[in-house]
Amino acid sequence: MSLKSAPKPGQTDPSIIRNFCIIAHIDHGKSTLADRMLQLTGVVDERAARAQYLDRMDIERERGITIKSQAVRMPWTVPGGNEQGAEPGTYVLNMIDTPGHVDFTYEVSRSLEACEAAVLLVDAAQGIEAQTLANLYLAMGADLHIIPVLNKIDLPSANPEKYAAELAGLVGCEPEDVLQVSAKTGLGVEALLNEIVKQTPPPEGVADAPARALIFDSVYDTYRGVITYVRVVDGELTHRDRIKMMSTGATHELLELGVISPEQVKADKIGVGEVGYLITGVKDVRQSRVGDTVTTQHHGAEESLGGYKHPNPMVYAGLYPIDGDQFGDLREALEKLQLNDAALTYEPETSGALGFGFRCGFLGLLHMEITRDRLEREFDLDLISTAPNVVYEVQMEDGSEVVVTNPSEYPEGKIAEVREPVVKATILSPSDYIGTIMELCQQKRGSLQGMDYLSEDRVEMRYTLPMGEIVFDFFDQLKSRTKGYASLDYERSGEQAADLVKVDILLQGEPVDAFSAIVHREAAYGYGVMMAAKLKELIPRQQFEVPIQAAIGARVIARENIRAIRKDVLAKCYGGDISRKRKLLEKQKAGKKRMKNIGTVEVPPEAFVAALATSQPSTDKAGKK
Amino acid sequence: MPSALPDGEPAPEDGSLPASALVGATSRPLAVYLHVPFCRVRCGYCDFNTYTPSELGDVGDTSMASYADQAVAEVRLARRVLGEAAREVRTVFVGGGTPTLLPPADLVAMLGAVRSELGLAPDAEVTTEANPDSVTRDGLARLREAGFTRISFGMQSAVPHVLATLDRTHDPARVPLAVEWARAAGFDEVSLDLIYGTPGESQADWETSLDAALASSPDHVSAYSLIVEPGTALARRVRRGELPVPDDDDLADKYLLADERLVAAGMEWYEVSNWARRPQSRCLHNLLYWRGADWWGVGPGAHSHVGGVRWWNVKHPAAYAARLAAGASPAHGREVLSDEDRHVERVLLELRLREGLPLVALSERERAGVPGVVARGLVLQEGDRLVLTREGRLLADGVVRELLAD
Repeated sequence: MSLKSAPKPGQTDPSIIRNFCIIAHIDHGKSTLADRMLQLTGVVDERAARAQYLDRMDIERERGITIKSQAVRMPWTVPGGNEQGAEPGTYVLNMIDTPGHVDFTYEVSRSLEACEAAVLLVDAAQGIEAQTLANLYLAMGADLHIIPVLNKIDLPSANPEKYAAELAGLVGCEPEDVLQVSAKTGLGVEALLNEIVKQTPPPEGVADAPARALIFDSVYDTYRGVITYVRVVDGELTHRDRIKMMSTGATHELLELGVISPEQVKADKIGVGEVGYLITGVKDVRQSRVGDTVTTQHHGAEESLGGYKHPNPMVYAGLYPIDGDQFGDLREALEKLQLNDAALTYEPETSGALGFGFRCGFLGLLHMEITRDRLEREFDLDLISTAPNVVYEVQMEDGSEVVVTNPSEYPEGKIAEVREPVVKATILSPSDYIGTIMELCQQKRGSLQGMDYLSEDRVEMRYTLPMGEIVFDFFDQLKSRTKGYASLDYERSGEQAADLVKVDILLQGEPVDAFSAIVHREAAYGYGVMMAAKLKELIPRQQFEVPIQAAIGARVIARENIRAIRKDVLAKCYGGDISRKRKLLEKQKAGKKRMKNIGTVEVPPEAFVAALATSQPSTDKAGKK
Repeated sequence: MPSALPDGEPAPEDGSLPASALVGATSRPLAVYLHVPFCRVRCGYCDFNTYTPSELGDVGDTSMASYADQAVAEVRLARRVLGEAAREVRTVFVGGGTPTLLPPADLVAMLGAVRSELGLAPDAEVTTEANPDSVTRDGLARLREAGFTRISFGMQSAVPHVLATLDRTHDPARVPLAVEWARAAGFDEVSLDLIYGTPGESQADWETSLDAALASSPDHVSAYSLIVEPGTALARRVRRGELPVPDDDDLADKYLLADERLVAAGMEWYEVSNWARRPQSRCLHNLLYWRGADWWGVGPGAHSHVGGVRWWNVKHPAAYAARLAAGASPAHGREVLSDEDRHVERVLLELRLREGLPLVALSERERAGVPGVVARGLVLQEGDRLVLTREGRLLADGVVRELLAD
C-alpha cells in the first residue's frame, strides 16, 4: 500500500495497531527477516534496502549482533480471503528490535514490555540457543503472545520437523502451529505478517487518561542529541507538551516527536499503543533512561508504569592508555561513549604498573569488549585492559565491610568472610557433551540445579556458578569442550560466601597491581604458576636477573626467573652504518619511553596486553555449525 | 638485495655542500673510502652494496673494467666540491664487495687519483680488504709497492661447515698462505676478519677459528657476531626455520672467548669488535669514522661525512656510472645532522672505543646516569673518561640508551 494513505500517527485506532518484537539468536536471520518485512510493507524499496537495515552501528554489523534496539512503523494491508484467516483491512505494525545478548537482559525486558507479541525466530538447521531460550522465558514472563517461526527452511540441512517439535514443546503449541519461512527468499513472510495481525492482541490503554509512555530505548545522536524511543500506554503525547521523566521528575521541552518509517518522520502527536521517538535536546542518555515512564509536565500521571531499574555494572576492568599521554583522550572518549550508554560507569584510578587509567563498570563481558573495541576503533586509542573481575564484598573481623571492584583494593587485615556474586546459568548443548560440561562446571565450582531434554539429543542444563568464574575463562572452555555447540546464558542470582584469596604477582619483589587476582583458594596455585610462566615468556631479558613470584600475602606459591641479558650490542659499526645506528637508537629510545616500569624492570605494554588477555567470549558466534 | 639507503633530503646535483660543512674543515683529518661493488658470489649473510656479474647483467656501464675510471672521476669531483677545504688525506680504505676482484692496477690507479687530486699524508694508512681466494703473491707485491700499507683478509672462519653456511667459497688453508704472501710483499699490518655465531657453529668451532687466526700472527683482528640482516638469503632461511636464530647467550660466550684468546695472544681491544697488537696496528681509518672525522666515500652506495653533513650515493653501479658520465654528483640523498644528532652519534660511537667517551661529552643530566652504569660494573671511569668493561662491551647499546635516556 502507499505510505501516503497509511494511517497517520496520532490518529490511529489502537485496534489496528500490532506491536511485536523478534526474539532470535545471532545469525538465525532476524535482520534478514526484518529487511524482508520492510520491503514487503513498502517502507523500504528493494533498491534502497541496505542489507540489515536495523543494525546501525558498524561494529554491530561486523559482529552480527544488535546492541541498540530500534522500532519501525510499517503499514500492512491484509487482503480478503487470506489463508491465515486474518481480518482484512489496513493495519499498523510496529516492529521493535531487541538486543540479543545476555549482557543486555534489562534492555531486552524493556523492549518486550513495549510489545504484545514476540516472534520467536529459530534457525531450522540449528534449533534454539541458550540466549534465545532466556529471552523467550523473559517474553513469556511478560505475558507476550509467542509466534514460533522456523527460518532458513530452504537450507538443505534444515530439520523443520525436529525443531518445530522442540519449539512447540517450549511454547506450548502444536508443531503444525510453528510457521516456516525463509527470510532470505521471502518464502512465508507475507503469511507471517498476516499471522502477526491475526495473533497479536491490539494494545489496550486509556485514551483520555494522563499520558504515560514507556522508554524502551535511548540513543545519542551527534546532531540531534538524545533520541528517546517510547511506547505510549495511556493518553497521548503532542509536540507542544513539556514532558516529565517520572523517575527523576526532570522536565524537558519536546523539540520533536514522530515515528520511524524507517527514517524519522515528524508527527504532531502519538497516542495509545503507538510507538515513536522524542527529541528533547538532552545530551546524555542518562537523562532519558530505558525503563523510565514519560508523562506530561502539566496534568501528568501520578503513577509510573513501574519496572524501572537502574543498571548496575556487574563486571569491572581497568582501562589504561598504552601511551600515558592519551589519558585525557581516553577520558573524553569515555565521556562520549557514556552519552549513549547509560550502563557504562568509569572512575579514574592509578595503577603502579600501568599509570593513570579508569576503572570501568560493565553489564557483562560482551559489553566490556564492545566498549573497548569502540574506544580503540572510533577514538584511535591503544589500550591495556586489566583482567575483568566481579564485585566482592569483604566482611572484616572488626565488623567493617569493604566492597572490592579492583583486586588491588582487596583489604589486608583479618577477613571474616568474602562474598561473591553468583549467576544462574543455562547451558544448551547436544547431549553428547553432558559429561564434559558437568566436569567443567564442577571445576568452576558450579552446582547443578536441573536438566531437561529439549529433544532427543539436546539438553538444557541449569547451574548456579560463581560469576567470577564465568568472567574468567568459562565461556571459552565451554566452547572448546563442546566444539562450539553449547550455548550459554546467565543472569545474576544473589551471592555466596566463598574461600577466596588474592594472588599477587611480584617482579623483583615488587607487586604488580595489574596482575593481582581474586581467585578461589584451590585455584590460586594454578593461577600463580600460569601467570609466572606467561610473564617469563613475555618480559624481555633485562640487564639483571628478574625473579617472578606469585604470592598469597607473604607466602610465595610459584616462582620463575628471567635471566639477565648478556648481549645487547650491534657488533659492527662502519661509516655507512652510523645513520642507521643512530636511527635505531632513537627508535629504541622511543620504545623505552613506552615501557611500563615496575621498580627497575621495564615491561613492554604488549606484555601486559598479552598477559592480561584472558579468554573472553567475543560473541556466541562460535556456536554456528 | 643490498641494504636500503637511509631516508634523507635529496642531495644537490652538483654535490655541493652547505658552507657550514666546510667551516674549519682544514683542521679536521680527512679520510677516503673507495668502494668496490663487485663479488664473484653473494654470501647469504651479506647486505652490503655489492653485485655479482649475473646480477649486473648488461645494465648500463657496469663492467668492472671501467669501474676504476668512474671512481677516479668521483675523486676529482671530491676535489672540486671540497675546494678550499680539500687537504691531505690521512687514511684510505678500499672495501667492498671484493676489491681484489679488480686487477691491482685498477686499485693502484684509484689510489693514484687520491694522491694527485687531494694529496696523501706521508704516513698515510692505506688499507685494502682482500678475499683470500682472489689475491696473488704478485698482486699483493704490486699493491705494497704502490703505497698500500695495510691489508685486511676476510677469513670469517676456519671451519669448513661454517664457511659453507656463510656461502664463503675459500679454502681455509688459503688464509695462512695469503698472510704469508702479504708479509713477503712487505705488509707490516695484516688484519683478519672473523665472524662468530653462524648457525651450526659450536664453541669448539669458534675456538678452532680463533686458534687458526692467531696461528698466522695477525697484527689486527676484527671479530663480528653474525647479524641476520633483513632481506638477506640468510634471513629467509632463518625465517623458514632452515637455520636457527643466533642465540644471544651463545654470542656472548663467543665474544668472551675471543677477547680471552686475543688478549692472551698479546692483542688489546680498542673498539668493541676490534683488537690490535700495537697502537699503530689499530685501523686509523675506522677510528676516524668513530671519532666523527670527515671522510669521502667513493663508489655506488658509499656514505660520506663532512662537517655534520652525511650523504650517500646512488646504489646501483649503472646509475652511479650514468651520473658521473653526465658530470653530475652521484650523491642520492643527504642529511644535515642537528647538534642533537651529532651528540647522540658521538656518545654511541666513542663509548665503543677503548679510549672511551670524555665525561664532558655528556650533558649534566646525562652524567647523572653514570654512577648507575658504573655501579653495575658496565663502565669504568678512567680519569675523565668513561670506558666500557668486558661485560659493558657486550651490553654497549643498553648502556648508551641508558646514558642518553631523556
